[in-house]
Amino acid sequence: MIHLENITVRAGQFELANVSLELPSGSYGALMGRTGCGKTTLLEAIIGLKPVQRGTLWIGGQDVTRRKPAARGIGYVPQDGALFSTMTVREQLAFALEIRRQPKDKIQQRVNELSDWLGIDALLERHPFGLSGGERQRVALGRALSFRPEILLLDEPLSAVDEETRDEMYELLRRVQNETSVTILHVTHNSEEARELADTVFVLRDGQITEE
Amino acid sequence: MTQKQTIRSGLPDSLFFLCMSIIGGSYVLLIVLLLLADVAYMLQGAGWREIIFANPMVLALAQPEIRYSVVLSLISCTLAAVLSLFVAVPVGWLLSRFRFRGRNLIDAILDIPIVLPPLVVGLSLLILFQFWPLTARIPILGKSLNELVVYQIPAVILAQFAVAAAFAVRTMKATFDGINPRCEQVALTLGCSRAQSFMRVALPEAGRGMLTAFTLAWARALGEFGPLLIFAGATRNKTEVLSTTVFLELSIGDLEAAVAVSLIMVFAAVSVLLITRIWGAKDVMI
Repeated sequence: MIHLENITVRAGQFELANVSLELPSGSYGALMGRTGCGKTTLLEAIIGLKPVQRGTLWIGGQDVTRRKPAARGIGYVPQDGALFSTMTVREQLAFALEIRRQPKDKIQQRVNELSDWLGIDALLERHPFGLSGGERQRVALGRALSFRPEILLLDEPLSAVDEETRDEMYELLRRVQNETSVTILHVTHNSEEARELADTVFVLRDGQITEE
Repeated sequence: MTQKQTIRSGLPDSLFFLCMSIIGGSYVLLIVLLLLADVAYMLQGAGWREIIFANPMVLALAQPEIRYSVVLSLISCTLAAVLSLFVAVPVGWLLSRFRFRGRNLIDAILDIPIVLPPLVVGLSLLILFQFWPLTARIPILGKSLNELVVYQIPAVILAQFAVAAAFAVRTMKATFDGINPRCEQVALTLGCSRAQSFMRVALPEAGRGMLTAFTLAWARALGEFGPLLIFAGATRNKTEVLSTTVFLELSIGDLEAAVAVSLIMVFAAVSVLLITRIWGAKDVMI
């Protein structure tokens, strides 16, 4: 569950004041809004990259407002994937688990499971350079899901993929929602994406969130 | 009335490329001519045997004090470049990633060693070392830092570092500017602390830039002369490096030896640059 309770966030001169949003566990929410309306700022506040000035942020029933990003249990897929260029796909999928000092065989098992599931078996030994838009997003998705986070935040994940890949990604994201208990918040400005995937659509307009 | 549309054709493509090549090539030609002139001057009137076995470069290298200066140059430049990189990585990262009060001032301060005449850097170092606590006696060593550094080998490294680090900082800032900060942010969400995201993500991504910063600092240190002369002196077999050797040979009127040492410097620099390039090329991501 994600619950934003009267949150105020600032980014330079820009301020989002008293924003509230509630997304129940296991559901798929889409956050829409025009470019520059503050979607990314809000996302960064949820992740913990921007400090929350006022209000409370609840994740899975716990107050995480002052917690560091690492302790929030959020899987994050940025717009361009932001893959680590010096690591192979296998290393990216194992990264979060290595940081958590999990045993090698468990990491190996999880990497195989994820790569099977996302259809990126053949890419495991490759570096991100030369991967297609869809492949990059699959890897980024795998990396974000690797440590079984409670929340998955997707920042316009389909903006750089072609039409055909987009349909495949819709299918994949639906599977992610059905087969894991993760709560997904998907930021987009594409209403078709929101209609296709989301149970709840939130619109950020003039500094306020409304549910549609 | 029909209006005839005219397209201004401008310079033909072939002519444009020719102009660009001539303008760009002229500088390359100047560098090559400079080196060729040095070689020609050094070898004029010599026979083949002399060219191979008794050219001024070989003769210069036969002198122990010049061998000392070659070795000291290689060691001091490498140490200065390592120190420069050690400082440049955190400074470049902080300046690139964060907007904080006084950032512009720090940015400007970091340009001072680039803008100042090197001679002034040396003079300022010398003056700095006249102040406490640098003049205070260190109990265990029985000497002050001033006595341990000024006109000694550490002064060579410090003078080279003072200027070279500024160039390394510029390179590292540009490197981190070019790396997507999102990667480090993703690492934070994956469970990393700031230090872990820096060490595991930012630093490996900056590998190529670090190599460039190192080579630039190394080359800059090799060419350093002004601050060395003032802060480290030019004592034979003590603080003499290749750039000071050229000066010393010139000052006693031995132009041939000066040219020979200059060419040794060119070879040393080109070899180090080539080695680091080749080593760096292995690192290119496929």
